[in-house]
Amino acid sequence: MSNTYFEILRSGINTTIQDCGRNYMYHIGIAVSGAIDQRNFKLANKLVENHLNEPVIEFAYQGPLLKLKNNKINFSITGDVIFKIIRNNSKVENGICYRNYILEKNDQLDIISTKNTAYGYMSVNGGFQLEKIWNSYSINTKANIGPNNGKKYSTEDKIFIKNSKLKNIKKIELNYSELSDNIVRVIKGTNFDYFSIKAQNQFFNQEFTVTKLADRMGIRLSGYNLENINKTNIKSEGLVRGAIQVPSDGNPIIMLSDHGTIGGYPKIGVVISADLDRVGQLTPGSNVTFKEVSLEEAENIFKAYNNDTNKYLNECN
Amino acid sequence: MIKNISNLGDTAVYCDFGSEVNETINSYVIDYFDHLSKLVKEEKNLGIINLTPSYNKLIVSFDLNFTNYKEIKKIIENLIIKKSIKKNKKKINVPVCCEAGHGLDFGRLNNKLNINIDEILNLFFSKEYFCYMTGFIAGMPFLGDLENKIRCDRLETPRVKVPKGSVGITEQFANIYTFESPGGWNIIGNTPLKVFDETNLKKPSLIKPGNKINFYQISKEEYLNWNE
Repeated sequence: MSNTYFEILRSGINTTIQDCGRNYMYHIGIAVSGAIDQRNFKLANKLVENHLNEPVIEFAYQGPLLKLKNNKINFSITGDVIFKIIRNNSKVENGICYRNYILEKNDQLDIISTKNTAYGYMSVNGGFQLEKIWNSYSINTKANIGPNNGKKYSTEDKIFIKNSKLKNIKKIELNYSELSDNIVRVIKGTNFDYFSIKAQNQFFNQEFTVTKLADRMGIRLSGYNLENINKTNIKSEGLVRGAIQVPSDGNPIIMLSDHGTIGGYPKIGVVISADLDRVGQLTPGSNVTFKEVSLEEAENIFKAYNNDTNKYLNECN
Repeated sequence: MIKNISNLGDTAVYCDFGSEVNETINSYVIDYFDHLSKLVKEEKNLGIINLTPSYNKLIVSFDLNFTNYKEIKKIIENLIIKKSIKKNKKKINVPVCCEAGHGLDFGRLNNKLNINIDEILNLFFSKEYFCYMTGFIAGMPFLGDLENKIRCDRLETPRVKVPKGSVGITEQFANIYTFESPGGWNIIGNTPLKVFDETNLKKPSLIKPGNKINFYQISKEEYLNWNE
């Protein structure tokens, strides 16, 4: 058992452990979970020389205040995040994302908040000491699966860090910038023709607003009540991350990592894989416009997304 | 058999077995599910990462880093379905307590269906049910078919919290809330049985698609003293 750990002095709004997710469980009703923003999750690991799939701490909006006990570590924070390092001698440093830092024994890390996005990530070199459940370390708070009994962290909880000698890891300052536009590309859904021509045009041309009902399960939008001319319920069937369901009130809902595995509302579209990170990061009050792409275009855009990710990962070398 | 194959986004194949809901169509879905599960176990590098069977659809999710829609569609089309794969005809008995206020929607059902609760429960408990699928929340079974006389729409406004163990009915289906969850089904009782056990890593779900379910009534004393 390791004796290095973070003591949680403030838990933050939704602080969990996430990795690339849990597969082969949809058929019994367990979502994939995993980091909402997969690219920032991978970059967080790369910045501290971890395997890309090492579990990290994911936080939403207000992050945790952590005190390091008994050892020193390397850590990194990715996303659009304001944080401070409060040294043991009371000196305070303003943190910068996409860098790695050394945290000494009894130093505190205050992850104050995300700025224009919802989620941020914190990695430590060597990783956290956690138990894998169904091939993943991701915490699924809906089914209480994963580390910490499948619950989000609370104040006074401890997060143990694997015992590893502090490595002299290379200082990295990655120059990462996220394309900031509000266009999300979508492939037509299996029930697209349930909607009136007017609704179809509204869906692909008009702006929608992210409501307060946004979490790791999904994001509810408002703006136009999309008119259904067929039926507002379908026989329940499987869902995927990015699927956009429209219930009878006409307001679209985008499914995210912790979504219910089946649903009974018509699907007007599905967000393409390359845009899932950005969709998950949308904050309440922000606007989004959907643009139609074909399957072939989506596949090509995904290749470009992967190339971009790899470019940033390589810059860390 | 599969009537149509299309894509659901860029990482899933949508297999449509028709629009009706019945045991025959659902058993085709489960046949494909069983065959694909076996294939995934045997050949790890296909890139298939999830299979989601439902009443009359099967969704096959894949990892776009390793494969694509065309490839997975081809695998599904080339699949030879032999009826011989293990049939899940297992029977499971599920105790339900309808006393002590567990029947949250007796009043509503009484009004909507115009028959008294005793008769509703008689009709409910007199039948064997078939598990079409599990999901929405972990391990929740979707069972059918209810007698025509006790088919009722879901609540106009769903409950924010349905208690864990609640047994609900709506339309032709019954289900069991394996966790406290939001939900709009008409609740007629509660089972003390652990239908989903996250600590049982090998077999967390008690009920699987294809299983047969027999509900039986227990008293509130039996409910309180239930010991698995």
